[in-house]
Amino acid sequence: MQFPLLSVIVFTPLVAALLILLMKPERKTEVRVAALAAASFALLLSIWAFISYDQTAAGYQFVEKYDWLPLLGISYHVGVDGMSTPLVLLTGVVMFTGVLISWGVDDRPREFFAFLFLLAGGVFGVFVSLDLFMLFFFYEIAVFPMYLLIAIWGWKVTREYAAMKLTIYLFLGSVFALVGALAMYWVNYQNTGILTFDMLQLEKAGFSSQFQYLWFMPVFMGFAILGGIFPFHNWSPDGHVAAPTAVSMFHAGVLMKLGGFAALRVGVMLLPEGAKQWAWLIFGLAMVNVVYGAFIAMIQTDLKYVIGFSSVSHMGLVMLGISTLTPEGLTGAGLQMFSHGVMTALFFASVGMIYDRAHTRMIPELGGMVKALPWVAIAFTIGGLVGMGMPGFSGFVAEFPIFMGVWKTQWLAAVIASISIVVTAAYILIAVRRVFFGEMPAQFEGHMTPISPLDKIALVTLVLLMTGLGMFPNLMAPMISLGVQNILRLLGGA
Amino acid sequence: MDFLNTHLLTSILFFPVLAALVILFFPKDQVKLIRWFTLGATLVPFVLSLLLWAGFNPAAQGYQFVEQYPWYDAIHSSLHLGVDGLSLTMVMLTTLLTPLAVLASFGITDRVKAYMMLFLFLETGMLGVFLAVDLLIFFLFWEVGLVPMYFLINQWGSANRNYASLKFMIYTMAGSLGLLLAIQMLGVMFQTYDLAVLTQKWNEFNPATFLGLPITTVKAIAFWAFVIAFAIKVPVWPFHTWLPDAHTEAPTAGSMLLAGVLLKLGAYGFLRLVLPFYPAEAQRFAGWLAFLAVMAIIFGALGSYAQDDFKRLVAYSSVNHMGFVLLGVAAAAKVAGTVDATIALNGAVLQMFNHGLSAAGMFFLVGVIYERAHTRDLNKLGGLFPVVPVYGSILVFTSMASLGLPTLNGFVSEFLVVRGAWAAMPVYTALAMFGLLMTGAYILKGIKKVLHGPINEHWAHGEHKLTDISTREVLVIAPLMALMLILGIWPAWLLDVINKAMSMLF
Repeated sequence: MQFPLLSVIVFTPLVAALLILLMKPERKTEVRVAALAAASFALLLSIWAFISYDQTAAGYQFVEKYDWLPLLGISYHVGVDGMSTPLVLLTGVVMFTGVLISWGVDDRPREFFAFLFLLAGGVFGVFVSLDLFMLFFFYEIAVFPMYLLIAIWGWKVTREYAAMKLTIYLFLGSVFALVGALAMYWVNYQNTGILTFDMLQLEKAGFSSQFQYLWFMPVFMGFAILGGIFPFHNWSPDGHVAAPTAVSMFHAGVLMKLGGFAALRVGVMLLPEGAKQWAWLIFGLAMVNVVYGAFIAMIQTDLKYVIGFSSVSHMGLVMLGISTLTPEGLTGAGLQMFSHGVMTALFFASVGMIYDRAHTRMIPELGGMVKALPWVAIAFTIGGLVGMGMPGFSGFVAEFPIFMGVWKTQWLAAVIASISIVVTAAYILIAVRRVFFGEMPAQFEGHMTPISPLDKIALVTLVLLMTGLGMFPNLMAPMISLGVQNILRLLGGA
Repeated sequence: MDFLNTHLLTSILFFPVLAALVILFFPKDQVKLIRWFTLGATLVPFVLSLLLWAGFNPAAQGYQFVEQYPWYDAIHSSLHLGVDGLSLTMVMLTTLLTPLAVLASFGITDRVKAYMMLFLFLETGMLGVFLAVDLLIFFLFWEVGLVPMYFLINQWGSANRNYASLKFMIYTMAGSLGLLLAIQMLGVMFQTYDLAVLTQKWNEFNPATFLGLPITTVKAIAFWAFVIAFAIKVPVWPFHTWLPDAHTEAPTAGSMLLAGVLLKLGAYGFLRLVLPFYPAEAQRFAGWLAFLAVMAIIFGALGSYAQDDFKRLVAYSSVNHMGFVLLGVAAAAKVAGTVDATIALNGAVLQMFNHGLSAAGMFFLVGVIYERAHTRDLNKLGGLFPVVPVYGSILVFTSMASLGLPTLNGFVSEFLVVRGAWAAMPVYTALAMFGLLMTGAYILKGIKKVLHGPINEHWAHGEHKLTDISTREVLVIAPLMALMLILGIWPAWLLDVINKAMSMLF
């Protein structure tokens, strides 16, 4: 029997969460070591999956399928294609770095890591699910711990508000998507007489155009809320700000990708006619995300809000790329999901390190951090260059094809969206300068302890990924192109 | 050696980055080691580009030493490098000026490690633009070179550096937006970024309408998108306002490379991309380009004359001198294919090289005096010749080269530009001559305000006594002076390469 790679990846964090809960709460160091061991293991396996994905064979690989509830046509069916393999890798990376920088969490670390791993397991599960029911199952597993993580370990000022807002938004979205999914399930049964949630079957269901027109928007938007699509993006910056550092990393780094990915997998791939019908609307909303998000980010004074809204803008590019339904746009969207995930993880890790020491995130109150925290300054700056789409970094190799896709769809939109590039450059440069350069305010004198070696490992890992992908896009782009070809095939070779 | 022969361009291009990564592991306080290592590391590309020069065949068509590696298959872009006579000249200029700028930076004591690493990154950024024969790679290096310059100004600049560095960055990035969009459009249309293929396909592309607009309109818009991106970098009036600010705030060596090489990137863009991509549009809008060029020449000169800050004076002189490059380009576009056009282009390219020498020299000399007097205010200087006689002589020599005195290099190139432009656009040429007169005025003003007049007691004695230029500083300027003189007396060795490239290209 083939080694069940994907199952091991998915269940490593889930089992680890259970085991960690069994440990004694006061043995904090052991809890942390166990968490790090599990995260490293999951990272290694996801790297393995990324490397051993066979690009000549393409298609879904490492497939496992077991009946789960055959009566209702539910099976445990997992597999990855060119689109999801990089996202599995991303989750592994964010999980690993998230544990590293959470070493200092002193308030109930046992429960913290357990919930974090529950979240990670859910995320892994969504990325590898080929069964619609399983996808929802893991989706809810991923969303639910967010509430607790934010409400318990979050920023005291807004955590209850933000946790509630986030949960309500996301559950509301998933309800719409779930209703759409059930409609697909039922109509497929009526057409074929087979009860199945298997997405590979549903792809071939041949839903009528009317059905697709009707259900595409609820399904796509239901998931896209988690991707922060306008006008339902509002929960996201609040959630980022209130969440503890590692949770922010997860939230922006992989959870928002979950929205983009599921919208693509369920919305576009199962309802391709609907996608073609409504692409213009998604396109328009995503345009608002891109441009409006950048302007809103520019006027923020809280560093975490700056990054929160920059995520809205950058995730808008993902949606924009998807909505072009072109090879370039979709490839760019896939790359942007990975690049943005690594970048925001880095941003939030850096902000967390500053906040832990300065106890403020207000940009006007900060300054001169480069002397005390040079590693953070350099890492954040490189993240900033990625964010502004500087060539040579991963942001550029992702955004450039997206723009090419936009050119193919509506050239005027490319011109308008390009405004965001300059706005983004401006707010990132200004934030970097104010926070890291200039004079350090006197009250921070003596509080700026150096970051730990674990923090450094996390920062270096993330930086290497962004520069590596920026300089060698061929490391990942061909794999994503394979996934894109499959999507285009479903779209009828568009 | 075999590796070197087949990978000469990649070696030149990436050696500085490798050196920077090595420096990363040096201890911060080993300042001396870092300085000397950087100097050595920047001399390697210089030596390699001498090899390149020796192996280059000026008479051969097309790009030489071509290397191509896969880079981004999904959008059909590859790391495709090559040189012709035009890029070779610019590569020589870059690899020559960078070690001199590093040597000029030995006085920097603040965060030497980061400073030197940024310089090495900057060198790779600049070289990449000149070596790229893939449009996307060109753009990549074009943009990425901004980053080290931004930080050099922002971190090692003087008082108003935040404003100047942000203005520099945002101005250039905003200016490049049109270029970026046009590149995306070309990539979508032709599914390739290879310069040679793209040039050919784009010129053959002639449907009646495209994107719902008449093709002439589309091409005109794309033409201006390219022109604005490059015009900002040159900089051409009225896009020049970032330059005096950036120069005034930048550290000396930063200014040397900014004026010496970075401005050439813009001019290079005109020659490498605008003229080959848009011969018809360039011809159609040649009058406008010439108008902008002449405005740059005249206003650059007038602006320069009006300054009280020595460095601003030199900064505006760049606007003035680079105007001649654009004038040559405009004239060549107007009468493309004629002997006049080739002469004008020869002048333009030689002027790029010459301005690289003289502007780097002038900024360095401003830096030398600033380091000692801690002021660049021309009203506070003056009467320094007897105090610093060696420096004074060098300053007069370099100024004369910048002014265009016959037997020095500036004269040759400006003469060629004017000779080429004369028949094509006599009125603009005449106006440019008026600007040239003003060049004389501001340069003499600069010399007078710094060196001449009664001996300046403030700087001659006591605690403010100025010391003369040091040996290290002479070593920085001496190669530049030697080249100015050689090119003034015997320009043929360089002009021959340029001429062959220009007659083959256009």
